[in-house]
Amino acid sequence: MEPEVVISLRGIRTQFGDNVVHDNLDLDVFRGEVLGVVGGSGTGKSVLLRTIIGLIRPRSGSVTMFGIDALNTSEQERAMIDRRTGVMFQDGALFSSLTVRENIEVPLHAIAGLTPELRRALADLKISMSGLEWVAGDQYPSELSGGMRKRAGLARALALDPEVVFLDEPTAGLDPIGASAFDTLIKGLSQQMGLTVFLVTHDLDTLHATCDRIAVLAEKRVLVAGTMEEMLKVDHPWVHAYFHGPRARAAVMVKDRND
Amino acid sequence: MQREGTASAEVAVRDGGESRSVVLSGVLTVHTLGALDAELAALPAKDTRIDMSSVARLDTAGAWAVVTLQRRMTAAGKRAEIDGADAHQVDLLDTVGNAIPEIPDSQNKQTSFADWLESVGRAFASGATFLMELSGFLGIFLSRLARAVVHPGEFRLTALVHHCQEVGLRAVPIVSLMAFLIGVVLAFQGSAQLRQFGAEVFVVDLIAISILRELGILLTAIIVAGRTASAFTAAIGSMKMREEIDAMQTLGIDPAMALFVPRILALLLMLPILGLIANIAGLLGGAIMSWIELGISPAMFRTRLIEGTGISHVVVGMVKAPVFALIIGLVGCHAGMKVGGNAESLGRMTSNAVVTAIFAVIVADALFSILFAQMGV
Repeated sequence: MEPEVVISLRGIRTQFGDNVVHDNLDLDVFRGEVLGVVGGSGTGKSVLLRTIIGLIRPRSGSVTMFGIDALNTSEQERAMIDRRTGVMFQDGALFSSLTVRENIEVPLHAIAGLTPELRRALADLKISMSGLEWVAGDQYPSELSGGMRKRAGLARALALDPEVVFLDEPTAGLDPIGASAFDTLIKGLSQQMGLTVFLVTHDLDTLHATCDRIAVLAEKRVLVAGTMEEMLKVDHPWVHAYFHGPRARAAVMVKDRND
Repeated sequence: MQREGTASAEVAVRDGGESRSVVLSGVLTVHTLGALDAELAALPAKDTRIDMSSVARLDTAGAWAVVTLQRRMTAAGKRAEIDGADAHQVDLLDTVGNAIPEIPDSQNKQTSFADWLESVGRAFASGATFLMELSGFLGIFLSRLARAVVHPGEFRLTALVHHCQEVGLRAVPIVSLMAFLIGVVLAFQGSAQLRQFGAEVFVVDLIAISILRELGILLTAIIVAGRTASAFTAAIGSMKMREEIDAMQTLGIDPAMALFVPRILALLLMLPILGLIANIAGLLGGAIMSWIELGISPAMFRTRLIEGTGISHVVVGMVKAPVFALIIGLVGCHAGMKVGGNAESLGRMTSNAVVTAIFAVIVADALFSILFAQMGV
């Protein structure tokens, strides 16, 4: 059976002034997969993420999400798309004036019929599922470490049980132990909840540990997309350097040892 | 697939005496949780078989409701089994079951009188600590100033001139406009009252004494507190936030000498000048308004001013300026050094600095009033 396409980009062109970031970019994301997006600095990985979630409007091209044309849609449909997706920004982007629990309750306020007790219980559940102690729920974002903020950001992104989550550099700035715990968390959640995960990363260990498919951004488009094995065979100089560099070899060694 | 709004969760209870089966069907998601939880919570404790074979969609919220029902029955000593869930759903139920946090009851304790008393005590202690720290900052400032006199090479003249420009020159337009308008208001209000007694000419004394003794320097200090205390806190605080102050220390630069001395000294030099400008602008505004409103010509205003108002009023006003300057500078620098590692604390300390500086200036002014009243000047 052909896997269901949840997000489909066709001919995307994004431009800031004269600076063309993406030109004629195509990409498909399939249901239930973990897609890792890699690319050199300034190739527009985060711009691509922001384009898909509707924060940046491309100059031309089409974004189709869940079969809906996301660029030409009513506000209601857009709101529904937003409810079916969750986003974790780089540093969590938690609201600083709210506690972690209140942050996670923010999206829950949009659901009719939830009592405050239910919202609290669900928020506690999400805090715990994202690997935080429940006491973290009463803390403010400024009292948390970087890794805890990312987990809290993930908990908020998962608050409505979205079908797709977007993660912007989920492991950047984490220590190796914290980063690998986060990888396990993402992989586990995606399997148990049938999540589709779109993650932007620089971290080769994350790519090895969690991603089903990898998309490489270069030359203003998605140069190649495929599994790790396919990436290793690509001849393009940047892709070759990326997946065959000293760090990549170390990541493969770790992966082999773990398998 | 069914979507939110159209879909709902169905609960069918088949009661069989000692036990019962609860058949769940439809969509068990966060969107249907409100109704679902209300129905499940109403079920009394009893041996229960939860049939999930016709659940179309289950998410963590739905799984939470099912697990919560199961736990409630088990806690009441009854059996509760889940039937008919497919592999994914069993997986999800397990995950959610393991994740539900155990929250001790002690969390929801009431705040007692002792807690309240403790918070009052803490607030008082932190206020006392604040005053101690502020006097500590005064000490640091004076010692560095003395050091600058002994070792003029360490003194940063360029920084001083820069801050004089920022604190003094840039504040001249707003300070003079404010004082001018205050003069206008005093003349206008004063003339309306004094006319009733036919004592219009005393409006000159009213304007002169109130502006020279009190309002000129007090309002200038308040404006400078708003402008400059916040600027000091923001500048020093953002350096503190980015560890620049730590870097200065490791490079052998004394932050107090490099940052505090030029700023506070600039305020000490500039605030009296700004106060003087405010006095002149206030008198000018008063004179113009008296001329328009009461027909007191500028020449008459001048004569009356010189005859009726002694130089002591100016001295009484101006003597406060250095004290206000010290308060504003110390509060601003102290708040800047209190900034922690994040942007929230920078914003909080900046607004704290302004409020504290204005409050302290007004308290100091009140103390001066009492002092001068006792001295009889």
